[in-house]
Amino acid sequence: MNRSKRYLLLTAFGAALVGGLGVQAVAQDVPTIDPKPSVVVRPIESHIGNTVGHSESAKSDYKRYCAGCHGTYGDGNGENAVWIEPKPRDFTIATFKCRSTPTGTLPTDEDLYNTLVRGITNSNMPAWNTFTKQQRADLVAYIKIFSPRWDKEKPGQPIQIPAEPPVTMDSIAHGKALFTKLECWKCHGPHGEGDGPSAATLTDSKDQPIRPYNFALAKDDSRFKCGVTNRDIYRIFMTGVDGTPMPSFADVIQPNDAWDLVHFLRTLQVHRHGKETEVLSTAHGVIPPYVDKNPPPANPAPAENKAPGGGQE
Amino acid sequence: MRTKKTLFVFSTLLMSSSLMFAGSVTGKVTYTGTPAKQKPIDMSKEPSCAKQHATPITGENVVTGANNSLENVVVYVSAGANDDGKVPSQAVTYDQKGCQYVPHVLPMHTNQELKISNSDQTSHNIHPLAKVNQEWNKSQPPGTPPITQKYEKEEFIPVKCNIHPWMHGYFVVLKTNHYDVSKSGGEFKLPDLPPGKYTLTAWHEDYGTQTADVTITGAESKDVNFTFKAKAY
Ligand code: HEC
Ligand code: HEC
Repeated sequence: MNRSKRYLLLTAFGAALVGGLGVQAVAQDVPTIDPKPSVVVRPIESHIGNTVGHSESAKSDYKRYCAGCHGTYGDGNGENAVWIEPKPRDFTIATFKCRSTPTGTLPTDEDLYNTLVRGITNSNMPAWNTFTKQQRADLVAYIKIFSPRWDKEKPGQPIQIPAEPPVTMDSIAHGKALFTKLECWKCHGPHGEGDGPSAATLTDSKDQPIRPYNFALAKDDSRFKCGVTNRDIYRIFMTGVDGTPMPSFADVIQPNDAWDLVHFLRTLQVHRHGKETEVLSTAHGVIPPYVDKNPPPANPAPAENKAPGGGQE
Repeated sequence: MRTKKTLFVFSTLLMSSSLMFAGSVTGKVTYTGTPAKQKPIDMSKEPSCAKQHATPITGENVVTGANNSLENVVVYVSAGANDDGKVPSQAVTYDQKGCQYVPHVLPMHTNQELKISNSDQTSHNIHPLAKVNQEWNKSQPPGTPPITQKYEKEEFIPVKCNIHPWMHGYFVVLKTNHYDVSKSGGEFKLPDLPPGKYTLTAWHEDYGTQTADVTITGAESKDVNFTFKAKAY
């Protein structure tokens, strides 16, 4: 512990002491202060592989490790929440970002468990990887006591992800065409730098400003909120990031096309080295225009529907 | 064949005969005071939509007409009507056209099918910000089939498109089929009300709700009017 941190702690302790005395002095004049209602911990289970989590067993862990941010009542209003951007999740509405399930459905126990293992990058949500599997499973069950949805609904059916095809220039070029056609660039920007024409106006469902993901910023793989593998990226635009402007594209992208899009998105991470950037560099960084071998008879996209600048030429 | 047809006609007449003694409520929604001026919308970032409007349109939060009439007010039976569970088999439809929602306010019954389509040449993301029901958010590019959804619980749900921040509308999920949305002259009509005591609620997205009690005794038409106080901001 360095000196400034120790000092901070000491003053915090001092303040708490003074505060405590103050409260006592006042308490003589105001004898009855209504205690806040206590949380009713309904017995709820979670199932992570063979491990069964129990909400009652996570009482003290939640109080000690989670309540400071997520709040005693799970509403995201813990005492630290005012200092934090993005805000801690409100468990009472049961809307989650990292799901394997379709938009608008509950995540699976595994989804929540994986979030606890991973933490959420670029937020204050830590990775709880020093906990035992049992502790985390118990906490997953505990999160569910805050919303009645968990009693009435089942988690959604996880979206199916086919095996990943090889990374080819064809695949990347098709992915780029999809990025333009599906208008990802309106939010993420033509080069995926989070600066599209709609970016500045975006707010999340609690009216907090939110930025679209900036692909170019990442030095490595570590900046995705819901997992860093190609499968995680596939999943994220098919499920959407619920509670944010990032929509689900599951109804409009065919499974194999989705892999092409993943391959193109990887080339937007210009500081990252991977298969996709290797394929790109053998072509001297030029993505050829995509030619559809069997064009559908659909009506062509109008001219103004093209990304300004159109990705990396 | 012929007898079958006459039988059919006869029986439908019988069935609807209960409605022959049903009453109705008609009325007008107006406002007092001065509503805030609706801001013009700048659609220049979406030329394919901008060119669909000869003159720039304004926001639709408050739409007024001649003689202080107020449009887009949902008037519905909030107590007294007993048609819980009778979910209409026909879907209600909601379109995205010229980067606007048509209609701006869409009432529906709980669990009724809702069909959302996109008539524009641009992608929209349709994002109803439900709190009681579940929130979801889907992309709908041009030329894709309608999105079908339903809502289980009563709720007034703001709808938005994050790509086009001016786009804004409402899903109004009700537990009754007795509703109407006030038209350009502020008028509304609730037909087919069997005799009984009812509470009507009128809801406007910026001006809040009002209620009125009404008793229908037979095949009569009752007049009920609502007046909202305009907010100047
Ligand atoms: C220092 C503050 C902080 C602490 C402590 C904390 N969290 Fe979080 N948590 C956050 C924030 C902030 C978010 C939202 C991040 C975002 O939206 O990007 C979050 C999000 C979550 C989510 C939502 C994931 C999703 O898919 O939407 C879960 C579940 C969660 N936390 C569980 C926990 C549990 C269990 C604990 C205790 C072991 C805990 N958190 C402790 C700040 C915290
Ligand atoms: C309406 C604006 C909007 C559109 C359109 C959009 N996104 Fe996003 N996207 C966002 C926002 C906002 C976030 C950040 C969410 C967060 O931080 O919680 C995001 C996040 C992401 C992420 C990162 C998720 C993570 O794990 O951190 C990926 C990948 C992504 N978007 C891909 C896409 C793709 C591919 C498309 C087009 C098919 C697309 N987006 C279209 C707004 C949008």
